[in-house]
Amino acid sequence: MIRKALTGVALSAMMLASPALADTIAITGGTVWTGTQDAAIENGVVLIVDDKIVAVGDARLSVPSNATVIDAAGGWVTPGIFAPFARTGLVEVGAEAATNDTAAVESKYSAALNAADGFNPASTTIDITRIEGITRMAVAPSNGNRMFAGSGFIADTSGDAGSILRENVFQLITLGEGGSGLSGGSRPAAWATLRAALDDAQNYTGRYVTGPEGAALNRVDAEALAPVVRGQQLLLVQVHRASDIRRLLGILPDYAELDVAIVGAAEGWLVADELAAADVPVIIDPFDNLPASFERLGATSKNAQRLIDAGVTTAFAQLDSSAHQTRLILQNAGNAVANGVSHADAMHAITSIPADIFGQTTLGRLRSGAAGDVVVWDGDPLEITSAPSHVLIDGEVQSLESRQTLLRDRYLSLEDGDLPLAYRK
Amino acid sequence: MVRQNSLLALCALALVACGGGDKDSSGEERAGIDRDPYPSTYTPRPSETVFITNATVLDGVGNLIENGSVLLEDGRIAAVGADIEAPDGARRIDARGKWVTPGIIDNHSHLGVYASPGVNAHADGNEVTAPVTAEVWAEHGIWPQDPGFTRALAGGITSMQVLPGSANLFGGRGVILKNVLGRTVQDMKFPDAPYTLKMACGENPKRVYGGRGQAPGSRMGNFAGYRQTWANAVEYKRKWDKFAEEGGDPPSRDLEMDTLAGVLAGDILVHMHCYRADEMVQVLDMAEEFGYKVTSFHHGVEAYKIADRLAEADTCASIWADWWGFKMEAYDGVRENLPMVHQAGACAIVHSDSEVGIQRLNQEAAKAWSDGRRAGLDISQADAWSWLSANPARSLGIFEETGSLEIGKAADVVIWTGDPFSVFTKAEQVYIDGALFFDLTDDSLLPVTDFELGQPGQGDRK
Repeated sequence: MIRKALTGVALSAMMLASPALADTIAITGGTVWTGTQDAAIENGVVLIVDDKIVAVGDARLSVPSNATVIDAAGGWVTPGIFAPFARTGLVEVGAEAATNDTAAVESKYSAALNAADGFNPASTTIDITRIEGITRMAVAPSNGNRMFAGSGFIADTSGDAGSILRENVFQLITLGEGGSGLSGGSRPAAWATLRAALDDAQNYTGRYVTGPEGAALNRVDAEALAPVVRGQQLLLVQVHRASDIRRLLGILPDYAELDVAIVGAAEGWLVADELAAADVPVIIDPFDNLPASFERLGATSKNAQRLIDAGVTTAFAQLDSSAHQTRLILQNAGNAVANGVSHADAMHAITSIPADIFGQTTLGRLRSGAAGDVVVWDGDPLEITSAPSHVLIDGEVQSLESRQTLLRDRYLSLEDGDLPLAYRK
Repeated sequence: MVRQNSLLALCALALVACGGGDKDSSGEERAGIDRDPYPSTYTPRPSETVFITNATVLDGVGNLIENGSVLLEDGRIAAVGADIEAPDGARRIDARGKWVTPGIIDNHSHLGVYASPGVNAHADGNEVTAPVTAEVWAEHGIWPQDPGFTRALAGGITSMQVLPGSANLFGGRGVILKNVLGRTVQDMKFPDAPYTLKMACGENPKRVYGGRGQAPGSRMGNFAGYRQTWANAVEYKRKWDKFAEEGGDPPSRDLEMDTLAGVLAGDILVHMHCYRADEMVQVLDMAEEFGYKVTSFHHGVEAYKIADRLAEADTCASIWADWWGFKMEAYDGVRENLPMVHQAGACAIVHSDSEVGIQRLNQEAAKAWSDGRRAGLDISQADAWSWLSANPARSLGIFEETGSLEIGKAADVVIWTGDPFSVFTKAEQVYIDGALFFDLTDDSLLPVTDFELGQPGQGDRK
């Protein structure tokens, strides 16, 4: 599919400005969904020079003669999918504790746990996620023994050594039933702990001059939470029940700097207007439609549509299997469409909105100046029978091979040769 | 399975010779043991004559019929084809642009035994007190008010197998249900369906019991546990066979052995949780060793590695489209497992093992089907639908009754808003024995379990 453009085409002004030896890729012929407008561009063109997108337009956009052309005819072109809540790269085998760095049940630290310390870009989960079109992830820790899980980071799925884009992007905490269990056994206990911890963070470093312990946090954890109360780091709160969400919204006026987003929000639709008024974004799983716990009695597949209709900034995640099945967020998003969300809103929910929630303005949209994260699909990306034909991260064409495709290829024929299958590689 | 109640009643009331002499009767019959003591009280609900026409029909046994029609009459499939006429008085449904398929059958569910909400009190699916508990029955743990049944219905599920969990080598008996809510489990039981036995390989039993310093603590221990138990069952059955032949005092009854003897007699179907290829083939050898058949492996993340051996053994692989990596024995998952098993000539089944996954098994089949095509496994949609209805029905011994749109079968039918291999398609109407139980646009056909009455969002579209 990749070929050098042979015909001479007039260079655009922008292209003339780029260095002579720049690596230029033109993706042509596809239905281009940019994320900057709801309607897709038919027969669109995306130009990438080195690691950035330099131009997006319709067929009139000139393709420079030195460009490597990727023919997307009959397919779709979208921004790389941005998974807003993943644990991919922190876990190799879920049940094997030695390979699972999501949570530290016996640690004396909580907020200070930096998930990036556990990230392994060589994990097989990374390739398996990338080849389904996910190029970026917000990677989160899990709770150990406290309601403060630690900080999360943004990574790409290239598998390269430098694939962490930014660390300490958000702090994750858990309220509701989970927070109660991690705080001594009740919601009031969780709230007392949270208020005390925010107070510790606000009074860091002064409170710790005389010793390492604060009201709720030790010095190390208070230091980690301090950027949150200063509004320099997002506070991501796992919470589902409508009353718990209201309680959370209720404290916001007391902490003017706090920048909050919610994960879960199974009953978010019951408080959608309040969420919209408070401008608090939510990350939800569109599959969440069962009363899986008493804090999710109102769960419905209509949650996504109702939140979006109310004006709540809504992103979609695969929350059930966040390490190995991050790739399923396209199916999550497709089901949201089946349940009333517009196709464009569902696309935004896995591209531009996650980028916005985490402050990554160069990601999640196809526009001049954005990172060269582009996926070419053989059909509608939200359709379960579609798949990427090309995945680009920072302008680099990525491998579409994974440990799973290698296993598949080894066993496609079960005929034994002269040597056992172990020699087939 | 033949109901034994009537015979028991005859023995008790009519002085029929039940004590001996009848060479054809089983030991249980001779001893007056009821093999169906919790009989199904399911009865089909009233149904209309329904003529669904202008649809794309997948009949479930390999045919796609464009502009097809399906006639439902007296709760059965009365006609299927492109050229059939509506009888007078039939309710006519113009299904232009829509698809019609047999109802989906999930042969691996824990609805009811691990009901929502997932509170401690609802954990009734694993008798984690001993590694061999063939004596427990899933139906005794099912809560018929599990809201999950209603969500599964909206996904086109018309029948399912509810199994005990996989903590034990022998987990107990599974039960097959019609997905029609009832006041009791018996109201939901699939009439005359066989019983099944859940067994489990690998990590779960050895972790649960090994962790307590108890056997099994290894895969070696797992096999020792199975084999000793089967050896006991062979001996138990021999005693009962002898009693059936010769009469005298019946042997003492052992509920665990009752189930296993039923397997050895071919009455109870074995469904075995088993991920790894090498383990599955050892289990097939063990089945030969003791003279029983494994009807289906479940989860079989590595089934693609031994698909030829599964075909030879006539053993199904009940699997997911893409679950993997949550434990070591699930590490070698591939997206093409289902089509690779199918292509080898073995019986492939899409199963859920999940109250979430059961709601969209058609999508799971679609993912695997399309991944297979990309890998060069050219399987038609019509053939792939066998993973959802016919093959699971076969694995549960109910294919004579359901699992395809063939004349005379139960009218377990789904009308889809479009191609069910699309993520954007939903089940629009779900018929079970010809009665309409779900309609996407009719709120009077939106069931609400007792549990969800008076709760936030009651009566909501879920």
